[in-house]
Amino acid sequence: MNQGGKALSEFVAEATEILDTLNKDLLTLDERRGQEVDPDLINGIFRAAHSLKGLAGLFGQDRIARLAHGMEDLLDRLRLGKLVLDDTTLDSLVEALDVLQALLVDASRGEASSSQSSRVEGLIERFTHLGAPTAPGEEDPLDRLELDAQVRAVFTEYEEHRLRENVRRGVALWRVRADFDLSDFDKGLAELNSRLKPVGEIISTLPSAQPSSASGIAFDLIFGSKVSGMELAAALEGTPAQLSQLGVRSPAHGRSAQPASREPPRAAAVARPAEPAPPPATPPPSPAAPAKAAAPEEPRTPAKGRSGAKKGKAAPRSLPPPPVPESELPPPMLTPPPVPGLGISDALAEGVSGDSGSRGPRIDPDTSLRSLTQTVRVDIRRLDGLMNTVGELLLIKANLQRMTETARQEGTLVLSKAWVTELARETRQLERKLDALQSGLLEARMVPVGQVFDKLARLVRRIAREAGKEIDFLSTGGEVELDKLIVEELSDPLMHIIRNAIDHGVEPPDVRVAAGKARRAAVSLRAEQKGNHVVIEVSDDGSGIDEHRVREVAILKGLITEAQAHEMNRRELLNLIFLPGFSTARNVSELSGRGVGLDVVKNNISNLSGLIDVWSERGRGTAFQLTLPLTLAIIRALVVGVSGRTYAVPLNSVLEILSVQTKDIRTVERREVLDLRGQTLPFARLARLFNLPERNTGRHFVVVVGLAQERMGIAVDELFGQQDIVTKPLGGRLQSVRGISGATDLGNRRTVLVLDVAALLEDGMGPERRWA
Amino acid sequence: MGLKVLIVEDSKASREFIAATVESISGVEAFTTSSGFEALKLLPRHRFDLIITDINMPDINGLELINFVKKNPNYRETPLFIITTEGREQDRDRGMALGAAEYLVKPFEPQNLEGLLRRYLKLA
Repeated sequence: MNQGGKALSEFVAEATEILDTLNKDLLTLDERRGQEVDPDLINGIFRAAHSLKGLAGLFGQDRIARLAHGMEDLLDRLRLGKLVLDDTTLDSLVEALDVLQALLVDASRGEASSSQSSRVEGLIERFTHLGAPTAPGEEDPLDRLELDAQVRAVFTEYEEHRLRENVRRGVALWRVRADFDLSDFDKGLAELNSRLKPVGEIISTLPSAQPSSASGIAFDLIFGSKVSGMELAAALEGTPAQLSQLGVRSPAHGRSAQPASREPPRAAAVARPAEPAPPPATPPPSPAAPAKAAAPEEPRTPAKGRSGAKKGKAAPRSLPPPPVPESELPPPMLTPPPVPGLGISDALAEGVSGDSGSRGPRIDPDTSLRSLTQTVRVDIRRLDGLMNTVGELLLIKANLQRMTETARQEGTLVLSKAWVTELARETRQLERKLDALQSGLLEARMVPVGQVFDKLARLVRRIAREAGKEIDFLSTGGEVELDKLIVEELSDPLMHIIRNAIDHGVEPPDVRVAAGKARRAAVSLRAEQKGNHVVIEVSDDGSGIDEHRVREVAILKGLITEAQAHEMNRRELLNLIFLPGFSTARNVSELSGRGVGLDVVKNNISNLSGLIDVWSERGRGTAFQLTLPLTLAIIRALVVGVSGRTYAVPLNSVLEILSVQTKDIRTVERREVLDLRGQTLPFARLARLFNLPERNTGRHFVVVVGLAQERMGIAVDELFGQQDIVTKPLGGRLQSVRGISGATDLGNRRTVLVLDVAALLEDGMGPERRWA
Repeated sequence: MGLKVLIVEDSKASREFIAATVESISGVEAFTTSSGFEALKLLPRHRFDLIITDINMPDINGLELINFVKKNPNYRETPLFIITTEGREQDRDRGMALGAAEYLVKPFEPQNLEGLLRRYLKLA
């Protein structure tokens, strides 16, 4: 098949989606270790592996296809009850997901590194030997179910297995029949599913081959449930569903044709429903139904059934439409089925006579080829492209505004006043629409941080197991949205911090118990939106960071001098862990990766215009806090001038603007500060930071910027107003210039630099300015 | 008027692969859907000349779709192919028993599908 760029990116996009689903479902499975396994979950994972295999096969991704195939085989045996899910199996599945993810990364780069090959082979080999076989059953419980062979013929192997499991466990099986209009039956079925799911398992959804009316369609849902018929009827109230129970012969009778008495679990349901039987929500079916109901004992097609069990007492029966006069009516059916006493396929073949009740014929021809999903996947670069266009439009708008203003002031000689007013109005309109376009585009880029949280949750379980730590992982705020690019870039730094927390932060269970703490440690991941920023916090209740040890190490490694250490407060000491070359871990653990320290984490966060901070208390725990902008795509900026040059300051970090006199500036410990409403504010002159000639004016404009709890005043010469800017990254040598995050075009064909507020704040108070 | 082929398959890649094969035959138009429900809605609106369906789908299964088509006087004559996977022989056999005309085992060569399409659509 075509392995070209477009095809490849399509493969990667779809495979990523499948892996995300796999990840989520495996995580749920992992969380429920030891509990009874939800068959839908296993089936979902099986389907994902199956899709991935097919997809990879089509795109010639051999290793992915082979591994997915191995997974699929294993999952197939699991879902068909041929194997039981145990811990080793689950761990292998989780490992396979990791390998698949690594393979996909290879594939997306167009590489086929051999590093994963042995893992792939190992896993495939292991899969074939995995799993504890289930005890073989003596007889097929499905044979005891009074279900026509023709209905069985449309079940897939899996559906048949689920039916068998329900029979084997003595779960009552029901047929839920409902008529819908052809135009919106999927909505009706979705409603029915949402009512039924909480009380049991939907095994199959069979469309009836015979239309109930010209524009209608009937469905039979085969449903297994432990709740009583009354409860089931109550759950279905208000839907067009009709309920009837499928008879099951008791195992003792084996395959004998003798209709058996009902099984005890159902007896309760059977005993009740005679009283005020809940009325069916829909009008009673055609008048013919009660008449047919009166003759349930009559075998319609005696030769057809698997046995004589269909007739006689065990056959499903019905109540006539309410009110029900006699209380001794055989009760399993709460509402009249269209054709009682027959197997389902007979019902399917015969169809439901008459109309579909109140549902009128409403066919919407427009829906014919419409997809059921309402989302599209878009390459983020396309959104970037659109955003650039918006940025350019914004510049044109700014020019228009300027021209309008000029016309208003001086152009009245040539242009009529009315014309100028109209131009002004249209420009305002344009501005509003552009705002809408811009916020729409920004919204399209936003994704929930939960995408990363899910991946991390799985990682936590694995690392904790490998490290022999017992951990309760809690993540909250996964619904908080951030720019897609930021979310993508977050996973590595967060992973590193979490690994540190588990590996170095959290104590082993016995140490915790000895220290009087709970045996299980808590690691939590929390996201919260605060204005234009999102704060993400990773915290643990482990041993905390020993700041004395940090100090020792920093001096030992020559990062600071004794004298400098002496001046530093606790918080400054803690922040030394972000310096390159710092690591307090006594031995390099495999878990935290080699050579990569918190300095890299800090760097990653800075590249996102974010800030990282650490809090720790010995014996109580550690918390890392990341403060990130919502988006990097387009921002509102304050345009300022310093020494004849122009800079842009992202407005989301501007708190206020002050006008101060030179005499208001004090020097404390060799740093300039301002007093602002009784608080000391660090102060920096932009001109000095960038080595520009300073103007000697008595007054300064001070832009007060802040991120998280950091505050700082930046002195500038001039203020030019606000403007929306699209920041472009700097290339080449400029990339590493501290304090600059990018460049932007201001419309008058002037390119200006954008200040990196996070970096300026760090330099203003952190250790680097003095020691780096 | 061209011939219409309905493709019911929930894997996007596979669906598009089949659609491309179908449309490579001139005069044949491919209608695709990822869901059995959607197929049930499409059936009364178009007279399809051929249906290709997967077996394992999330809403109704392919066997149920075959049963629906083959029991319905309006569609019963429409030839139907099933797409199956190795190891799913029981499902495949059931599909054939319900009246499917042919089965294709994934992964399959486009030439095979094209040959079958031409045969059942009575094209040269």
